[in-house]
Amino acid sequence: MNFDFSDDQKFLKNEARKFLDANCGTAKVRKVLDDEKVAYDAGLWTAVAGQGWLGAAIPEEYGGLGLGHLELCAIAEELGRVVAPIPFASTVYFLAEAVMLAGSDAQKAALLPKIAAGEVIGCVATSEGPGVLNAAGLQASVAGGKLTGVKLPVTDGDIATHALVIAKENGQPGLFLVDLSAGVTRDALQTLDPTRDAARLTFAGAPAERLGAPGEGFALLEQIMDRAAVLLAFEQCGGADRCLEMAKAYAMERYAFGRVIASYQAIKHKLADIYIKNELARSNAYYGAWALNTDAPELPVAASAARIAASEAFWFASKENIQTHGGIGFTWQIDAHLYYRRSRQLSLVAGAPRVWKERLVSHLERRNAA
Amino acid sequence: MDFNDTPEEAAYRAEVRAWLEANAPKSAVADDGEGGGSMAASKAWQAKKAAAGYACITWPKEWGGQGGNPLQQVIFNQEEANHPIPPNPFTIGLGMCVPTVATFADAETKARFVGPALRGEEIWCQLFSEPSGGSDVAAARTKAVRVDDGSGDWIIDGQKVWTTGAQFSNFGIVVTRTDMDAPKHKGMTMFWVDMSDPGIEVRPIHQMSGGSGFNEVFFTGVRVKDSQRLGAVNDGWKVSLVTLMNERLAVGGASGAGWSQFMEAARGITGVDGRPALKDQALREKLADWYVQAEGLKHTRNRTMTALSRGQTPGPESSIGKVVAATQMQDLGNEALEMLDQYGIISDPELAPLRGAFHASVMSSPGLRIAGGTDEILRNIIAERVLGLPGDIRVDKDVAFKDLPTGR
Repeated sequence: MNFDFSDDQKFLKNEARKFLDANCGTAKVRKVLDDEKVAYDAGLWTAVAGQGWLGAAIPEEYGGLGLGHLELCAIAEELGRVVAPIPFASTVYFLAEAVMLAGSDAQKAALLPKIAAGEVIGCVATSEGPGVLNAAGLQASVAGGKLTGVKLPVTDGDIATHALVIAKENGQPGLFLVDLSAGVTRDALQTLDPTRDAARLTFAGAPAERLGAPGEGFALLEQIMDRAAVLLAFEQCGGADRCLEMAKAYAMERYAFGRVIASYQAIKHKLADIYIKNELARSNAYYGAWALNTDAPELPVAASAARIAASEAFWFASKENIQTHGGIGFTWQIDAHLYYRRSRQLSLVAGAPRVWKERLVSHLERRNAA
Repeated sequence: MDFNDTPEEAAYRAEVRAWLEANAPKSAVADDGEGGGSMAASKAWQAKKAAAGYACITWPKEWGGQGGNPLQQVIFNQEEANHPIPPNPFTIGLGMCVPTVATFADAETKARFVGPALRGEEIWCQLFSEPSGGSDVAAARTKAVRVDDGSGDWIIDGQKVWTTGAQFSNFGIVVTRTDMDAPKHKGMTMFWVDMSDPGIEVRPIHQMSGGSGFNEVFFTGVRVKDSQRLGAVNDGWKVSLVTLMNERLAVGGASGAGWSQFMEAARGITGVDGRPALKDQALREKLADWYVQAEGLKHTRNRTMTALSRGQTPGPESSIGKVVAATQMQDLGNEALEMLDQYGIISDPELAPLRGAFHASVMSSPGLRIAGGTDEILRNIIAERVLGLPGDIRVDKDVAFKDLPTGR
């Protein structure tokens, strides 16, 4: 039994933490939060590319570091801890994973080295409106290699160079790689988490290359979502752990009725409950990491469990962190709301937990029946 | 990251597997939950394990163990669970009482007790909880008074409660009050006692679930030798900490029907809209939550095993198991009953799904949420020992025991 990260992976994680502590303090996050015109921290993006993180899981022949997904999970957790305001998930968990999974050799050669170098920013454009998207309701369409339709919200859609888009082609859903340099209009959207920008993308003849076989758009998208879900779960675990640290630190120094509030069982039990959820999430995320790294057939179930547990843990930790702080926690100046906002962003960006619960049970139903 | 045994672990597993194949019982005996009818089978199986060195793998060889590591014990437990073995009434003795005796008694006493306990010939119980204190072990009021005849003997009077297995135990360790004028933690003394003493009366507790696994134990003028004392006079709190340190390892997690059994039951039961209950979206979301919790606990155990495999002390994550599992057992059992609608009140095993397993969960889970550390005490432990938050303010710390207020 070896259900833990290796010493090398822990070293990488530790180095990532040091780097982010030095380069991604909350003052930097707040610059993106407070300035409507700033979509992301471009300096941090360049620095992160310099660290090689964007290509951590990209093979060396395509300009990456050629490490595994466990290393990427370790980095993801650290990015989550500091609510990094960069399009890392969109570019690395979605675009790079999609290209590695389903891209042609030419597409890999064209995109992966640029992703690793930080020259390409990705986004994933699936949603077209309120509610869960399905094949019957899909409006966006591709004809003659040109995409038309409207997608919203698209996280990082206003800064991305390339998009993964689900659209109909000859009436069948397909997944497309779209170059955003022409044929698209972008409108920034007001969202819950301004440290991660989002836009409405209106496509009018943007050039689109299909990834994978015709008609298999949703199946392929699910595979990509599974991979992203594990990586996002590590970001969520990192954020949730940080919330617990913040709540604990505040509870240990805040006095009420003549004693630190951390000495009241109402607070102690609240923090114990955060700890329990965080550990359950971490254990599920570890299993997801194993499944992702080994391309195990268990990946859909493991990824679903990781996503559900991590979404629940981050939401709970972020809201109870504010509660532990009391009134001061409800102010703009305290960082608690950065995590509260990010917990909503991460829980919704790859499909809401309810959708994943349904997917999980469907898988279990089939597995148990078999 | 992988789930494979190391070569050494794999070799040990193969050895254990071969031994179990050749020696484990081929058919189960009915467990009445009270150690009654199944006791002969339990003792026979324990003796067989002891003879082969598998009874307490981590114990040193001179005690009859293998001097093995905790992971080898886990491997044995995993493999043993694949066979229809009888219930194990020895865990409290071997996990808590005997190690306490071995730590604090003289060499002669140790030699007298360790072997018979290991072989299942003698069973031990732990006499800590009292009507005056369950979570608060140091509230014990059972008195031990030194006899004034120069013998050094002690007389014990009082009452213990929630004593698992006292009805079939040969010996017990008992924590007593020996100084009423000292603060509560500083006036207790531990002894071992012979449960066949005529001054000890065991009365089964009729549990709300109908069973009687626990007992009240009454001490009336029980005379014990000073050589039966474990640790120094008035040092019993420190001794009991050694015992309790092992308790959460000995008290298992929840068993009973889980998400998988729920899912199978839900396939065949009509739900609110006429379709099978398994198609009910509200139930599906709950199933997902239970699955994620159960998987979280399973992989938390895998993290603990990894630490053991590396010769490290497991991290604090192992403390979350019971608090999660016991509550899930209660919630899941109750959802299953509600899924049955009006039929859910029927607990008759001939009529209820899974021979009433969900009903059994509903009726036994309240006990599991209390035994071996209540949900609340476990949260305190996580808060204090894992997160480093302050202990509760103690109003009883520096007060003579006799001056402490007592309620019911």
